[in-house]
Formats: sequence, C-alpha cells, structure tokens
Amino acid sequence: MDIPSLTIDQVRESLLARRFSAVELAREALSFAEARNPSTNAYLHFSPERALRSAARVDEKVARGEDPGPLAGVPIAVKDVIVTKGVRTTCGSMLLAHYIPPYDATAVTRLEEAGGVILGKTNCDEFAMGSSNENSAFGPVRNPLAPDRVPGGSSGGSAAAVAQGTAVLALGSDTGGSIRQPASFCGVVGVTPTYGRVSRYGLTAFASSLDHIGTLARTVRDAAVLLQAIAGHDPLDATSAEAPVPDYTHPLNGDVKGMKLGLPREYLKDLTSETGDLIAKGIDTLRKLGCEVRDISLPATDYAVACYYILATAEASSNLARYDGVRYTFRSESSGTLSDMYRHTRGEGFGAECKRRIMLGTYVLSAGYYDAYYLKAQKVRTLIARDFARAFSEVDAIVAPVSPFPAFKLGEKIDDPLAMYLSDIYTITGDLAGIPCMSVPCGRTAEGLPVGMQILARHFDEPSMFRVAYAFERAGGAN
Amino acid sequence: MKITEQEVRYVADLANLSLSEEEVHRFRADLSEILGHIEKLKDIDTAGVEPMAQVLYEAGDTAILRAELREELRADRERPPLGAQAALANAPQAGAGYFKVPKVVER
Repeated sequence: MDIPSLTIDQVRESLLARRFSAVELAREALSFAEARNPSTNAYLHFSPERALRSAARVDEKVARGEDPGPLAGVPIAVKDVIVTKGVRTTCGSMLLAHYIPPYDATAVTRLEEAGGVILGKTNCDEFAMGSSNENSAFGPVRNPLAPDRVPGGSSGGSAAAVAQGTAVLALGSDTGGSIRQPASFCGVVGVTPTYGRVSRYGLTAFASSLDHIGTLARTVRDAAVLLQAIAGHDPLDATSAEAPVPDYTHPLNGDVKGMKLGLPREYLKDLTSETGDLIAKGIDTLRKLGCEVRDISLPATDYAVACYYILATAEASSNLARYDGVRYTFRSESSGTLSDMYRHTRGEGFGAECKRRIMLGTYVLSAGYYDAYYLKAQKVRTLIARDFARAFSEVDAIVAPVSPFPAFKLGEKIDDPLAMYLSDIYTITGDLAGIPCMSVPCGRTAEGLPVGMQILARHFDEPSMFRVAYAFERAGGAN
Repeated sequence: MKITEQEVRYVADLANLSLSEEEVHRFRADLSEILGHIEKLKDIDTAGVEPMAQVLYEAGDTAILRAELREELRADRERPPLGAQAALANAPQAGAGYFKVPKVVER
C-alpha cells in the first residue's frame, strides 16, 4: 500500500478485495506517520489504541459482509481543538497540556460511525488563534513542501499531515480562514462549510458566531465525502442547521458549462505577482471549461479585517474566561487569593497571541467603547453579508485567491501581529457571512510553493462549490 | 490610536490576566497599532444598518431551519448526565464531589 497517496475509494476497494485489512492499514499508517512526524511536528500525539479499535470494528463488518461505511478504514487526523474522549486534547495550549476530555465531539462520533480511523491529534495555533501555526505551545509546524516555511494556520498540523501523506483526511476548524489558508499553503483541499452545517459540539469555542468545523483532503471528492459524513443537525448544538444535507458527490461530474462565476475586484489588489499570475491562469481554465466569469464588486471587503478582529476577539475574551484554574487541569503554583489564582493561572497559561486577543476583546467590550467597536462591527458584518447576497443574485459562485501570497518563512511575521492579521483578508469575509467556501490547489510558484483558488457559494449551496472545485481540479488548475 | 500603559493594566485587570512589565509595554504598542487599523471603520457609513445578530439572517429560503417551523417541542426524556466523577476528573484540585478553590470568605 502506498500510504501517502491513498484515497477513500482506494482504501475501500482494497478492504473489500481483502488486499489488506483495516487493522493492517492502521498499523502501517501509524508507523509511517510516527516516523515522518519529526520533520513537520504536524501531530501532537497519536491515538493507536483508539485507531486499532476502530479498525477492528471495520474488519468485523467486512468479514460479516456488512457495509463498513463510507470512510471505512480511512486514516484520519483530528485538529487538537476538537475533543476526543480519553485522548488528550490540548488546543495547542500549555493550559490544557494534560486535559483528557470526558466526551467526543459530534464530528468525531460521526466520522467513526462512518468507519473512519483516527490516528491522532494535530498541532495548531493556541486555541486556533493564528495564521502560521507558530502560536502553538508545543512548537511550530513546518510546511512539508518547504521546511523553512509555515504551513499556515491555525489548522497547520491538519494541512501538513494531509500534504505529507501521514493522514488521508483531516478535520480542521475555521474561524477566519484557518482551514482554507493552510490548505492553500500546503497544496491540499480545505473546506469550510456553511455556518451551522456541521455541529460544533465538542469544538473548543473561540468565536462562536464564526467557528466552523471543516475538512481537509488531497482531493475534492475525499473532502466532500468526509463532509457528508459529519454534516447535519445535531440536537447537542443548538446552532446546527436542520436544513437537509444534499448528496455532495452527485455534483462531482466535471460539468460546469454555463455556470456564472463572480471574480471580486477587491480580492485582486494586493497579490504577489506570482499569486496573481496563477489565479489569472486558473480563471482562464474555468473559462475554458465553459464558465462565464464576470467582474463583481464586494465593496465592504476593505473593512473586513477590522470588523473581524473586533468580533472575534470580543467573543474570544468571553469564551476563554472559562480557563481560570478551576476546572481545566492547569492552576498556577503561585496562587494566594481566588482572584490571584485566576490572574496567575491565565497569565502563566496563555501564550502571547491569546493574551493579545483577550486584551483586545476586553478593550472593545469595555464600558464606553461598545457602540464604537462591537456594535459598529456588527453593522459592518451585515454589510459584508449583503455584499455577498447581492453578488449571488447574479452569479452561482465566487472565485478568488485564498491568500495574497504563498507560505511565508517561519518567523517572518510573528513579531508583527497586524501584518499577520492582514494576511487573512480574503478568507475572513466568508466566515463573517457564514457562507461555504473552500480552497482547491491552483498551481505552484517557481519555487514550488502551492497557491490555492478559493470558491465561495450561497448559504447551504456546498453542491455548487464542489461542482466548480471538482471540475477545476480535474482540469489541472492553472496548469 | 494610542493607548496608555495605564489602560493596558486596567484592561488586563478586567480580563483577570496578570501581565509582566514587558508584556504591558508590548501590548501597549500592539493594541495601539491594531486599534489604529480598526479606526478605518469610521469611514464606512452604517446609518440605518441593522447589526448582525443572527449569522444566517440573510441566508434566505435555502436555510430554512425547521426548528422554527416546528409545532412540537422535543420529547422531554431523561438522559444520563456526565456525572460528577467525569466532570471533576480534569480539576487541578477536587474533593468530596466539588471543585476546590482558595478560600473566598473569611470566618
């Protein structure tokens, strides 16, 4: 078996043809991943017992002639902000270095019910706050395609594992681009579904009005099949949508003739020349496939970063209040009074970026500033959502770059938080509007760095998004 | 937008966050720069615009959440709770079925 290039279909065929068993695959995949991991630091820890248990269940089903499920035996990595019962879940934070969750996230339960095999938990920026994976308390992740560069963030470990071949699929989370940007930097497919499409039960909360669980894979089909397995209403998450889940593989037929695509001019202004060239060639490919690509305008885009960093930090300052030294493993040694205990636990436990965001979020919510910041940002968020709604009255989907530039060097932006925030410019808009959006590989720079094409669609119209992405992938992207 | 070290200390206090002197200096500079960027929101006209309080507000018919149309509430069935032991398992200090914290009330 060629572990680094496996697809869901190949695993399934091999299991049903008895070329290997799910347990054999799990063993092989684990030892492959453990051997490769030191070069990227993509996984924080492995879960061999759980993986072998899941794999054994798949083998039993195959032996009995039952359907082993759409993800049967497929090795999957799970971002370490998503809880796994009995398997350490750190959120990339010292605060949770020893946290063993007492329950499973719904997405985890569902992918295992579908036959998936969780190999381990992937590195990420602390509490998913970052665009480079350099904010992990357990060391940065290296881009498997360029070890001196970042994999993107915050789902950097998930993207790196899929790119490196140490997982076939991965779960990530996206609040401002944390799936699409690392997918773009590592040359894999990354999907952020519609807000509410996938239950967040068991996703550690960062900014609740923006948080999504989504999927990473090497092919559009695999990303769609994983999403299919985890999507749908969950009584344990009141924000999960009850809208029926359509068949995501049905639109994967290569036919995009006559589709109307919008290319927002605000997303083309600040691209590096190589990124701009690759995006332009990718657009040519879509035209050759029969799409009608038109220039559109999303005028509120320029305000998106400011809007996002008010709302996301305000929500984070509230969500992270729970890490106070009472319930979640870490308590400062130097605690006297209750108040001292809170302050020192948080001061010692959180890394610099979490503190910065807690400070910013607390500031914008503090007395006298609410109207100028939070309320204003909520109004701007309405305008950003309306921009998209207006565009979708004319086009079926929107195509755009994911990031203004390819993967940057480790250390390049870590001391300049504003520059890091501004690098999210093209991805945070989709989260603010709550629409489905994804990154699909477009091409590579002369240096071999991947550049992703972003595809955005109407709320709950993942099928149109996947239709475009699949045709684009099959046509070879920009090449 | 310039904020002072005094404001940084005030906000850290609101957030129950102990900061080193170095962090106070650093965050004064960082927050000033980020808030400076955020100032640009003053340039966009939001008169008469409703603040977004519901993410799928503009989602339209494709997003019909059946819960809103439901005539009945879900059945009120008992479910097993997490249980005190599991809930306390990650506590830095627990005892007698409770989370323990430093003494709050002087006797």
